[in-house]
Amino acid sequence: MKKFLFLIVSGLMMTMIAGAQSQYKAGDVAADFKLKNVKGETISLSQFNDAKGFIVTFWCNTCPVVKKYDQRLQDINAEFASKGYPVIAINPNDKTVAPGDSFEEMQKVAKNKNYRFEYLYDETQETARAYGATNTPHVYLLSKKDGKLIVEYVGAIDNNADDATAADKKYLADAVNSLLKGESPEVKGTKAIGCTIKWKKS
Amino acid sequence: MKTTTKTVLALLVTAILSASGMRAQEIERIGIPELEKILSASDDRLYVVNFWATWCAPCVKELPHFEKISAEYEPEKVKFILISLDFPSQIDKQLIPFLKKNKITLPVSVMTNLDYNEWIDKVDSSWQGNIPATLLFNNAAGRRLFIPDEVEETELRKAITELL
Repeated sequence: MKKFLFLIVSGLMMTMIAGAQSQYKAGDVAADFKLKNVKGETISLSQFNDAKGFIVTFWCNTCPVVKKYDQRLQDINAEFASKGYPVIAINPNDKTVAPGDSFEEMQKVAKNKNYRFEYLYDETQETARAYGATNTPHVYLLSKKDGKLIVEYVGAIDNNADDATAADKKYLADAVNSLLKGESPEVKGTKAIGCTIKWKKS
Repeated sequence: MKTTTKTVLALLVTAILSASGMRAQEIERIGIPELEKILSASDDRLYVVNFWATWCAPCVKELPHFEKISAEYEPEKVKFILISLDFPSQIDKQLIPFLKKNKITLPVSVMTNLDYNEWIDKVDSSWQGNIPATLLFNNAAGRRLFIPDEVEETELRKAITELL
Protein backbone atom coordinates (compact mmCIF):
# COMPACT_ATOMS: atom_id res chain seq x y z
CA MET A 1 0.00 0.00 0.00
CA LYS A 2 2.82 2.33 0.92
CA LYS A 3 4.57 1.59 -2.35
CA PHE A 4 1.38 2.08 -4.25
CA LEU A 5 0.82 5.47 -2.64
CA PHE A 6 4.39 6.45 -3.34
CA LEU A 7 3.96 5.62 -7.01
CA ILE A 8 0.81 7.69 -7.22
CA VAL A 9 2.42 10.62 -5.43
CA SER A 10 5.56 10.45 -7.59
CA GLY A 11 3.39 10.22 -10.66
CA LEU A 12 1.46 13.30 -9.61
CA MET A 13 4.65 15.15 -8.77
CA MET A 14 6.19 14.33 -12.14
CA THR A 15 3.01 15.50 -13.85
CA MET A 16 3.10 18.72 -11.88
CA ILE A 17 6.74 19.32 -12.76
CA ALA A 18 6.02 18.54 -16.40
CA GLY A 19 2.98 20.80 -16.26
CA ALA A 20 4.91 23.68 -14.78
CA GLN A 21 7.49 23.32 -17.50
CA SER A 22 5.30 22.59 -20.46
CA GLN A 23 7.15 23.22 -23.63
CA TYR A 24 6.15 25.20 -26.67
CA LYS A 25 5.31 22.95 -29.54
CA ALA A 26 4.62 23.62 -33.21
CA GLY A 27 1.50 25.75 -33.61
CA ASP A 28 1.82 27.54 -30.28
CA VAL A 29 2.16 31.32 -30.03
CA ALA A 30 5.56 32.23 -28.59
CA ALA A 31 6.14 35.13 -26.22
CA ASP A 32 8.45 37.99 -27.08
CA PHE A 33 11.05 38.99 -24.48
CA LYS A 34 13.34 41.81 -23.45
CA LEU A 35 16.84 40.54 -22.83
CA LYS A 36 20.28 42.11 -22.67
CA ASN A 37 22.73 41.34 -25.47
CA VAL A 38 26.50 41.14 -25.05
CA LYS A 39 26.77 44.87 -25.86
CA GLY A 40 24.44 45.67 -22.97
CA GLU A 41 21.53 46.66 -25.23
CA THR A 42 18.01 45.44 -24.54
CA ILE A 43 16.72 43.32 -27.39
CA SER A 44 13.18 42.29 -28.29
CA LEU A 45 12.01 40.28 -31.27
CA SER A 46 9.56 43.09 -32.07
CA GLN A 47 12.53 45.28 -33.05
CA PHE A 48 13.31 43.14 -36.07
CA ASN A 49 10.90 44.71 -38.54
CA ASP A 50 12.35 42.99 -41.60
CA ALA A 51 12.53 39.49 -40.13
CA LYS A 52 10.13 36.80 -41.32
CA GLY A 53 10.85 34.81 -38.22
CA PHE A 54 13.57 33.77 -35.80
CA ILE A 55 15.80 30.86 -34.91
CA VAL A 56 15.63 31.22 -31.13
CA THR A 57 18.32 28.95 -29.72
CA PHE A 58 18.96 28.27 -26.04
CA TRP A 59 22.70 28.32 -25.87
CA CYS A 60 25.59 28.80 -23.45
CA ASN A 61 29.38 29.03 -23.22
CA THR A 62 30.20 25.82 -21.43
CA CYS A 63 28.16 22.89 -22.76
CA PRO A 64 30.27 20.51 -24.89
CA VAL A 65 27.29 19.84 -27.16
CA VAL A 66 26.91 23.58 -27.73
CA LYS A 67 30.62 23.75 -28.56
CA LYS A 68 30.16 20.95 -31.07
CA TYR A 69 27.44 22.98 -32.75
CA ASP A 70 29.18 26.35 -32.49
CA GLN A 71 30.34 26.59 -36.09
CA ARG A 72 27.12 25.06 -37.36
CA LEU A 73 24.97 27.68 -35.64
CA GLN A 74 27.17 30.44 -37.05
CA ASP A 75 26.82 28.92 -40.52
CA ILE A 76 23.06 28.70 -40.14
CA ASN A 77 22.89 32.35 -39.19
CA ALA A 78 25.08 33.27 -42.15
CA GLU A 79 22.77 31.33 -44.45
CA PHE A 80 19.38 32.35 -43.10
CA ALA A 81 19.68 35.79 -41.44
CA SER A 82 19.77 37.50 -44.84
CA LYS A 83 16.73 35.46 -45.88
CA GLY A 84 14.73 36.76 -42.93
CA TYR A 85 15.44 34.17 -40.23
CA PRO A 86 18.23 35.40 -37.93
CA VAL A 87 19.59 33.28 -35.08
CA ILE A 88 18.82 34.68 -31.63
CA ALA A 89 20.93 32.81 -29.07
CA ILE A 90 19.89 32.94 -25.41
CA ASN A 91 21.96 31.83 -22.44
CA PRO A 92 19.68 30.90 -19.52
CA ASN A 93 22.27 29.28 -17.25
CA ASP A 94 22.63 30.49 -13.69
CA LYS A 95 26.12 31.91 -13.14
CA THR A 96 26.27 30.63 -9.55
CA VAL A 97 25.80 27.06 -10.75
CA ALA A 98 27.83 27.54 -13.94
CA PRO A 99 30.33 30.40 -13.47
CA GLY A 100 31.53 29.95 -17.06
CA ASP A 101 28.12 31.08 -18.25
CA SER A 102 28.18 34.54 -16.64
CA PHE A 103 27.43 37.66 -18.69
CA GLU A 104 31.11 38.64 -18.72
CA GLU A 105 32.05 35.21 -20.07
CA MET A 106 29.34 35.52 -22.73
CA GLN A 107 30.91 38.79 -23.85
CA LYS A 108 34.29 37.10 -24.18
CA VAL A 109 32.89 34.13 -26.10
CA ALA A 110 30.91 36.34 -28.49
CA LYS A 111 34.00 38.43 -29.16
CA ASN A 112 36.45 35.54 -29.53
CA LYS A 113 34.14 33.63 -31.83
CA ASN A 114 33.00 36.75 -33.63
CA TYR A 115 29.33 35.91 -33.25
CA ARG A 116 27.28 37.71 -35.88
CA PHE A 117 24.02 36.76 -34.19
CA GLU A 118 22.52 38.29 -31.06
CA TYR A 119 23.67 36.49 -27.91
CA LEU A 120 21.28 37.34 -25.07
CA TYR A 121 21.39 36.77 -21.34
CA ASP A 122 18.27 35.33 -19.71
CA GLU A 123 19.36 36.20 -16.20
CA THR A 124 15.94 35.63 -14.59
CA GLN A 125 15.45 32.41 -16.62
CA GLU A 126 11.91 33.60 -17.33
CA THR A 127 12.28 33.24 -21.08
CA ALA A 128 13.67 29.69 -20.84
CA ARG A 129 10.76 28.82 -18.52
CA ALA A 130 8.20 30.43 -20.81
CA TYR A 131 9.51 28.49 -23.80
CA GLY A 132 9.91 25.30 -21.76
CA ALA A 133 13.53 24.92 -22.76
CA THR A 134 15.25 22.06 -20.94
CA ASN A 135 18.72 21.84 -22.36
CA THR A 136 21.36 23.50 -24.49
CA PRO A 137 21.34 23.59 -27.43
CA HIS A 138 17.56 23.76 -27.84
CA VAL A 139 16.07 25.42 -30.91
CA TYR A 140 12.70 27.12 -31.37
CA LEU A 141 12.01 28.17 -34.95
CA LEU A 142 9.41 30.95 -35.04
CA SER A 143 7.61 32.64 -37.90
CA LYS A 144 5.72 35.93 -37.91
CA LYS A 145 2.07 35.56 -38.79
CA ASP A 146 -0.50 38.33 -38.33
CA GLY A 147 1.70 40.04 -35.80
CA LYS A 148 2.15 36.87 -33.79
CA LEU A 149 5.17 34.63 -33.32
CA ILE A 150 4.18 31.10 -34.28
CA VAL A 151 6.30 28.13 -33.23
CA GLU A 152 7.14 26.11 -36.35
CA TYR A 153 9.76 23.65 -35.10
CA VAL A 154 11.28 22.70 -31.73
CA GLY A 155 14.36 20.61 -31.07
CA ALA A 156 17.75 19.77 -32.48
CA ILE A 157 19.85 21.40 -35.19
CA ASP A 158 20.60 18.10 -36.92
CA ASN A 159 21.03 14.41 -36.10
CA ASN A 160 24.73 14.12 -35.32
CA ALA A 161 26.18 16.27 -32.56
CA ASP A 162 29.65 14.79 -32.83
CA ASP A 163 30.27 15.08 -36.54
CA ALA A 164 28.65 17.67 -38.79
CA THR A 165 29.59 15.76 -41.91
CA ALA A 166 27.83 12.62 -40.64
CA ALA A 167 24.56 14.45 -39.97
CA ASP A 168 22.16 13.31 -42.66
CA LYS A 169 19.01 14.90 -41.24
CA LYS A 170 19.33 18.69 -41.11
CA TYR A 171 16.17 19.28 -39.13
CA LEU A 172 16.57 23.01 -38.57
CA ALA A 173 17.83 23.97 -42.04
CA ASP A 174 15.11 21.83 -43.64
CA ALA A 175 12.46 23.50 -41.49
CA VAL A 176 13.64 27.02 -42.39
CA ASN A 177 13.83 26.11 -46.07
CA SER A 178 10.25 24.84 -45.91
CA LEU A 179 9.11 28.16 -44.43
CA LEU A 180 11.00 30.04 -47.15
CA LYS A 181 9.03 28.06 -49.73
CA GLY A 182 5.83 28.98 -47.94
CA GLU A 183 5.36 25.46 -46.62
CA SER A 184 5.00 24.09 -43.15
CA PRO A 185 8.06 22.11 -41.92
CA GLU A 186 7.68 18.36 -42.38
CA VAL A 187 9.39 17.55 -39.07
CA LYS A 188 7.99 19.80 -36.34
CA GLY A 189 9.82 18.48 -33.32
CA THR A 190 12.87 16.40 -32.43
CA LYS A 191 14.72 15.51 -29.26
CA ALA A 192 18.42 15.45 -28.61
CA ILE A 193 20.89 14.84 -25.82
CA GLY A 194 22.15 18.09 -24.36
CA CYS A 195 23.25 19.78 -21.17
CA THR A 196 20.53 20.40 -18.62
CA ILE A 197 19.84 24.10 -18.18
CA LYS A 198 21.52 25.20 -14.95
CA TRP A 199 18.49 26.44 -13.02
CA LYS A 200 18.88 28.70 -10.02
CA LYS A 201 18.93 26.79 -6.76
CA SER A 202 15.77 27.70 -4.96
CA MET B 1 45.51 -32.10 -22.11
CA LYS B 2 46.42 -29.03 -24.09
CA THR B 3 42.93 -27.61 -23.73
CA THR B 4 42.93 -28.28 -20.02
CA THR B 5 46.20 -26.44 -19.59
CA LYS B 6 44.83 -23.49 -21.50
CA THR B 7 41.68 -23.45 -19.41
CA VAL B 8 43.66 -23.62 -16.18
CA LEU B 9 45.91 -20.81 -17.36
CA ALA B 10 42.96 -18.70 -18.39
CA LEU B 11 41.28 -19.25 -15.04
CA LEU B 12 44.49 -18.40 -13.23
CA VAL B 13 44.95 -15.17 -15.14
CA THR B 14 41.34 -14.20 -14.52
CA ALA B 15 41.67 -14.98 -10.83
CA ILE B 16 44.86 -12.96 -10.47
CA LEU B 17 43.45 -9.99 -12.35
CA SER B 18 40.23 -10.03 -10.34
CA ALA B 19 42.05 -10.38 -7.05
CA SER B 20 44.37 -7.51 -7.75
CA GLY B 21 41.49 -5.30 -8.80
CA MET B 22 43.17 -4.75 -12.11
CA ARG B 23 40.32 -6.12 -14.12
CA ALA B 24 39.75 -3.66 -16.90
CA GLN B 25 36.42 -1.91 -16.89
CA GLU B 26 34.34 -3.63 -19.52
CA ILE B 27 32.65 -1.21 -21.81
CA GLU B 28 29.88 -2.36 -24.03
CA ARG B 29 29.09 -0.38 -27.14
CA ILE B 30 25.39 -0.46 -27.67
CA GLY B 31 22.84 0.69 -30.21
CA ILE B 32 19.07 0.89 -30.22
CA PRO B 33 18.44 -2.93 -30.14
CA GLU B 34 20.65 -3.37 -27.06
CA LEU B 35 19.05 -0.35 -25.38
CA GLU B 36 15.61 -1.80 -26.02
CA LYS B 37 16.76 -5.11 -24.56
CA ILE B 38 17.85 -3.40 -21.35
CA LEU B 39 14.63 -1.38 -21.12
CA SER B 40 12.43 -4.42 -21.69
CA ALA B 41 14.19 -6.71 -19.18
CA SER B 42 11.45 -8.82 -17.68
CA ASP B 43 13.25 -10.50 -14.79
CA ASP B 44 11.93 -9.61 -11.38
CA ARG B 45 14.53 -7.17 -10.15
CA LEU B 46 14.93 -3.43 -9.99
CA TYR B 47 16.95 -1.84 -12.77
CA VAL B 48 18.59 1.50 -12.15
CA VAL B 49 19.70 2.94 -15.47
CA ASN B 50 21.62 6.20 -15.41
CA PHE B 51 22.22 8.26 -18.54
CA TRP B 52 25.35 10.34 -18.22
CA ALA B 53 28.54 11.57 -19.89
CA THR B 54 32.01 12.52 -18.68
CA TRP B 55 31.44 16.01 -20.11
CA CYS B 56 28.32 16.55 -18.01
CA ALA B 57 29.32 18.10 -14.67
CA PRO B 58 26.13 17.28 -12.71
CA CYS B 59 26.36 13.69 -14.04
CA VAL B 60 29.90 13.30 -12.77
CA LYS B 61 28.85 14.79 -9.45
CA GLU B 62 26.10 12.24 -8.88
CA LEU B 63 28.03 9.19 -10.09
CA PRO B 64 29.51 8.36 -6.64
CA HIS B 65 25.95 7.99 -5.25
CA PHE B 66 25.29 5.19 -7.73
CA GLU B 67 28.58 3.48 -6.90
CA LYS B 68 27.96 3.77 -3.17
CA ILE B 69 24.35 2.64 -3.15
CA SER B 70 24.98 -0.22 -5.57
CA ALA B 71 27.32 -1.76 -3.01
CA GLU B 72 24.39 -2.00 -0.60
CA TYR B 73 22.37 -4.34 -2.81
CA GLU B 74 22.89 -7.71 -4.43
CA PRO B 75 22.95 -7.39 -8.23
CA GLU B 76 20.24 -10.06 -8.30
CA LYS B 77 17.96 -7.58 -6.52
CA VAL B 78 19.04 -4.27 -7.94
CA LYS B 79 20.92 -4.05 -11.22
CA PHE B 80 22.75 -0.79 -11.93
CA ILE B 81 23.69 0.16 -15.48
CA LEU B 82 25.49 3.33 -16.49
CA ILE B 83 24.75 4.35 -20.06
CA SER B 84 27.38 6.78 -21.23
CA LEU B 85 26.53 9.30 -23.92
CA ASP B 86 30.12 10.23 -24.52
CA PHE B 87 30.80 10.51 -28.23
CA PRO B 88 32.20 7.27 -29.67
CA SER B 89 35.30 9.20 -30.74
CA GLN B 90 35.95 9.97 -27.06
CA ILE B 91 35.73 6.44 -25.62
CA ASP B 92 39.46 5.68 -25.57
CA LYS B 93 40.67 9.23 -24.97
CA GLN B 94 38.15 10.37 -22.41
CA LEU B 95 35.74 7.75 -21.08
CA ILE B 96 38.08 4.86 -20.25
CA PRO B 97 40.67 7.05 -18.47
CA PHE B 98 37.81 8.68 -16.53
CA LEU B 99 36.44 5.31 -15.39
CA LYS B 100 39.90 4.18 -14.29
CA LYS B 101 40.71 7.42 -12.51
CA ASN B 102 37.42 7.48 -10.65
CA LYS B 103 37.46 3.73 -9.95
CA ILE B 104 34.04 3.18 -11.45
CA THR B 105 33.07 -0.46 -10.99
CA LEU B 106 29.50 -0.42 -12.28
CA PRO B 107 28.93 -1.80 -15.76
CA VAL B 108 29.14 0.91 -18.41
CA SER B 109 27.49 0.80 -21.80
CA VAL B 110 28.16 3.48 -24.38
CA MET B 111 25.28 4.48 -26.60
CA THR B 112 26.86 4.76 -30.03
CA ASN B 113 23.72 5.77 -31.88
CA LEU B 114 23.92 9.56 -32.10
CA ASP B 115 20.60 9.88 -33.91
CA TYR B 116 19.13 10.79 -30.54
CA ASN B 117 15.65 11.52 -31.79
CA GLU B 118 15.38 7.86 -32.83
CA TRP B 119 15.62 6.55 -29.27
CA ILE B 120 15.02 9.20 -26.58
CA ASP B 121 11.28 8.48 -26.52
CA LYS B 122 11.98 4.78 -26.01
CA VAL B 123 13.50 5.63 -22.62
CA ASP B 124 10.66 7.91 -21.59
CA SER B 125 8.29 10.00 -23.68
CA SER B 126 8.61 12.91 -21.24
CA TRP B 127 12.39 13.04 -21.59
CA GLN B 128 13.76 16.04 -23.50
CA GLY B 129 17.26 14.61 -23.71
CA ASN B 130 18.80 16.58 -20.87
CA ILE B 131 21.31 14.68 -18.77
CA PRO B 132 21.73 13.41 -16.14
CA ALA B 133 18.60 11.29 -16.25
CA THR B 134 17.82 8.12 -14.33
CA LEU B 135 15.23 5.45 -15.04
CA LEU B 136 14.26 2.97 -12.32
CA PHE B 137 12.06 0.05 -13.28
CA ASN B 138 10.96 -3.45 -12.48
CA ASN B 139 8.94 -4.47 -15.52
CA ALA B 140 7.87 -7.77 -13.92
CA ALA B 141 6.36 -5.91 -10.98
CA GLY B 142 5.08 -3.02 -13.07
CA ARG B 143 7.02 -0.36 -11.17
CA ARG B 144 8.71 2.57 -12.81
CA LEU B 145 10.12 6.01 -12.02
CA PHE B 146 11.87 8.40 -14.39
CA ILE B 147 13.99 11.22 -12.99
CA PRO B 148 15.19 13.58 -15.75
CA ASP B 149 17.39 15.48 -13.34
CA GLU B 150 20.36 15.26 -11.01
CA VAL B 151 19.69 13.11 -7.92
CA GLU B 152 21.00 13.50 -4.41
CA GLU B 153 22.15 10.39 -2.55
CA THR B 154 19.18 10.37 -0.15
CA GLU B 155 16.76 10.87 -3.03
CA LEU B 156 18.22 7.95 -4.99
CA ARG B 157 18.27 5.66 -1.96
CA LYS B 158 14.67 6.57 -1.15
CA ALA B 159 13.52 5.91 -4.72
CA ILE B 160 15.18 2.49 -4.72
CA THR B 161 13.77 1.56 -1.31
CA GLU B 162 10.28 2.55 -2.33
CA LEU B 163 10.41 0.73 -5.66
CA LEU B 164 11.84 -2.51 -4.26
